[in-house]
Amino acid sequence: MRPRLFLLLSLVAASTVSFLFTGHSANHWPLAQIDPYALNILVLMGINILLAVSLNLVNGHAGQFSLGHAGFMAIGAYSSSFLTLSLQKHPALATLPFRDPLLFAAALLLAGLLAALAGLAVGIPSLRLRGDYLAIVTLGFGEIIRVVIQNAEALGGARGLTGIPPLTSLGWTFAMAALAIYTVGSLVQSSFGRGFLAVRDDEIAAEAMGIPTTRYKVLAFVLGAFFAGIAGALYAHFIGFIAPEGFNFLKSVDIVVMVIIGGMGSTAGVTIAAALLTLLNELLRQTEQYRMIVFALLLIVMMILRPQGLLGDLSRWFPKRKDRS
Amino acid sequence: MNRSPLLEIRNVTVRFGGLVAVSELSLQIQPRELVGLIGPNGAGKTTAFNLVTGVYAPSEGSILWEGQPVSGQKPSLIAAKGIVRTFQNIRLFGSLSVLDNVRAAFHLRLEGGFWGALRRDRRFEQEEALIHSQALELLQIFGLENAAHLPCKSLPYGDQRRLEIVRALATRPRLLLLDEPAAGMNPTEKVELTKLIRFIQERFGLAVLLVEHDMRVVMDICQRIAVLEYGRKIAEGTPEQIRKDPRVIAAYLGEEVPSDA
Repeated sequence: MRPRLFLLLSLVAASTVSFLFTGHSANHWPLAQIDPYALNILVLMGINILLAVSLNLVNGHAGQFSLGHAGFMAIGAYSSSFLTLSLQKHPALATLPFRDPLLFAAALLLAGLLAALAGLAVGIPSLRLRGDYLAIVTLGFGEIIRVVIQNAEALGGARGLTGIPPLTSLGWTFAMAALAIYTVGSLVQSSFGRGFLAVRDDEIAAEAMGIPTTRYKVLAFVLGAFFAGIAGALYAHFIGFIAPEGFNFLKSVDIVVMVIIGGMGSTAGVTIAAALLTLLNELLRQTEQYRMIVFALLLIVMMILRPQGLLGDLSRWFPKRKDRS
Repeated sequence: MNRSPLLEIRNVTVRFGGLVAVSELSLQIQPRELVGLIGPNGAGKTTAFNLVTGVYAPSEGSILWEGQPVSGQKPSLIAAKGIVRTFQNIRLFGSLSVLDNVRAAFHLRLEGGFWGALRRDRRFEQEEALIHSQALELLQIFGLENAAHLPCKSLPYGDQRRLEIVRALATRPRLLLLDEPAAGMNPTEKVELTKLIRFIQERFGLAVLLVEHDMRVVMDICQRIAVLEYGRKIAEGTPEQIRKDPRVIAAYLGEEVPSDA
């Protein structure tokens, strides 16, 4: 599908959905009586898609193995919650029309920008590193964020923040996920975005062909972090409670698993994997302690049977007809 | 400004720790000139390439591009000036198709950037179409257009080497550095390659610096040849002069061997 058409359709779908199924206000619209449990799962799915698609830009398309995605998510979650918690009762805003959506939009933007700034801060020094070393630095970064938050009294320390206004709706989540899919998808299907793939495949050759590898790697980190921050904000305003423990190393691994199962560098595959793994997570809720075992087994089986991921390289499945000669 | 050579390597020395890889090398390349760089294994030919393309910075001496110093700049900046290379051990973008390998090299000529790719307006579509057709055109010159949508790794070895040349040409270089383009090719392919290098030199008006082991290819193509041994330039001249130069013969063959190379 043409990327622009995709964005348009998903935004229309998102606004329709958010109009029909407003999660939190007891609704007047008959369609709104969607099972709240199903609604929850759908929102979590959207957040996970956002996380996986954005990490895929860094790990899959640009080939920079990052293990710190939860750190960017934490920055987004905390900064947005801080904003909405301090402004929601502000008397000056009480009479503002569309106060909640405006406030939430500002919170999402703040979350994305601050996380992107952190992505820039991690990206630049990490560029001299590759593979395992880069993975360790990003892992360390994620943990530093978590520990800093844990020790910041203003952010609730280890107890976390509570009472975050429930501003996240299915529509917001859908719209943000669509925006991430559109951004990543249309980037990698452009001549500009082909630079990411060139950097991943052979940095030395890319540089020799005049592709500024440093700029591409930093851009991947910044964009990935931006969407992770938004995902964090959506999550915080959905659950209503955040604590540093929720953004630990295992959270980053969860996202990496989605990317690997979906197929590094395949936006469609990663989207599907994120949705499926969210469902699997729910199915395993009864047997929470075995969840990681199932995930590990799934990873091993994938590595053996389909190392390229669920969809792998789609273009090889559907070669453009006019191109075959 | 008086006419300076396209590329001038001026007294360049590179040391890796105690090892002197290239020592006081000087070489000039004029526009549209075909220059060969030969020498036994380990003579410093590839190091010289890496110097010119910015992979290494010289320990001493300087490299001038149209009179302006370029030594120590990043490889992507040097490529942007018009110095582009191929690699001795093939370095294609392995997961991309043949066509996409070429299209990736259009980066230097790209006008729409990040926001253009997101906006996808008419100008973006036009530029993409232009790049597509120009890349195909280049592939056509090399007879690779039928393989355009194959994964580049599926090409035979000789074609992969030629694809590297196509990719380099896509950046519109003014100086093309070819690092052993004939390596691993059979005699027929080598003859073809010789013709091809001459052809692209004429058609695109390039200067070419060629590192090659195959003497027939070098002698055939090059107007001027420089010979390296142990990082030093031991001779420079026309193919005729090089063929007869006793130091070159000694470096390659040892003494007392007839020079019928």
